[in-house]
Amino acid sequence: MNRAFNNLKTFYHKLGSSPWFYRISGITIPYVALLSFLFLTIGIVWGVFFSPTDFKQGDVYRIIYMHVPAASVSQSIYYTMTVAAVVSMIWRMKMAGIFIKSMAPIGASFTFLALISGSIWGQPTWGTWWIWDARLTSTLVLFIFYVAIISLYSSFSEKKSADQAVSILTLVGAVNLPIIKKSVDWWNTLHQPASIKFTESSSISPEMLYPLIISIFGFYLVVLLSGLMAMRAEIAKRETNKEWFKNY
Amino acid sequence: MKKIRKNRLYAVLFIFGSSLLATVLVLTALNQNINLFYSPTDLLVSNPSPNKSIRIGGLVQKGSLIRVPDSLEINFTITDLKEEVTVNYSGILPDLFKEDAGVVATGYYDQTKNNFQAFEILAKHDENYEPKEVVQALERK
Repeated sequence: MNRAFNNLKTFYHKLGSSPWFYRISGITIPYVALLSFLFLTIGIVWGVFFSPTDFKQGDVYRIIYMHVPAASVSQSIYYTMTVAAVVSMIWRMKMAGIFIKSMAPIGASFTFLALISGSIWGQPTWGTWWIWDARLTSTLVLFIFYVAIISLYSSFSEKKSADQAVSILTLVGAVNLPIIKKSVDWWNTLHQPASIKFTESSSISPEMLYPLIISIFGFYLVVLLSGLMAMRAEIAKRETNKEWFKNY
Repeated sequence: MKKIRKNRLYAVLFIFGSSLLATVLVLTALNQNINLFYSPTDLLVSNPSPNKSIRIGGLVQKGSLIRVPDSLEINFTITDLKEEVTVNYSGILPDLFKEDAGVVATGYYDQTKNNFQAFEILAKHDENYEPKEVVQALERK
């Protein structure tokens, strides 16, 4: 028990060390790139070309293979940023600040993708590009928080103060996450409730669900890949003059 | 845990707690207004002004849809399986609009006639996805 705890503690300290992260991420990036390419290709090609046509929506439903993964990662990225914000505020770990700085633009991109793909899906099925219902509006709020985090960060010249300010803003925005998730259950919305359920059987048939799960996994790998690359770039930027970086 | 970190933890909890409280208060104050539409049952209770545009939603009742020939005009009934409202509309309909399916209509409600004059119709689909062939095969049985 004690030993496991010590291992965990060592891992936590390693995670906080930029030279360690820089070295390990350099090794893992090619593998993650290969895996994400594989999963994304299989998921999207299977979903778009080989999964069956829906009985109600016809072929237009196939945008689900992009919309649901994008929406899923856009929220998950914010969850991880919230954890990093707490770590950054309590332990002042600089890697947590680097993490938030690097992930915010990625989160903003995927939220934007979720909004746009949802809009394109909404036009032929619902009959409108946009409606101010609780799900759509709370997702737009998530996007605004990402943009606010990016701009707040760039308004500081000192990295340490930027990290702290951005952590507070991230923490405030975290309140929105459960609202996005539960909006379709708490209020009347045009957006339908979730199809993939963890506690009961999903309301999407297995032939359509399998490619969707692969695609979701592919999107998470792409996020991991872009996150590793963005964090590496940020480390390089912040520590250009450090001895370890010059000797790398 | 060192004292300074404990203090920072309290700061974290305070910031999160206060923004949570603020959000809960706003959402409670807005309450009904966050709902996108009224159900036919809500209409009886809330009594909206006939001059204000509102949204109502529910299911298009089976067998209630009447198309006026040589025009875009339609009449149908929206139900929440308890109460009903008749709807008139003239215009383009979304592809997924049909009987026994979800609908959200924007327009004006006339309480005296329990009638809704809509100027926009949106289709609300559910979360079920099923292959076309499977459903057709089941219907043949």
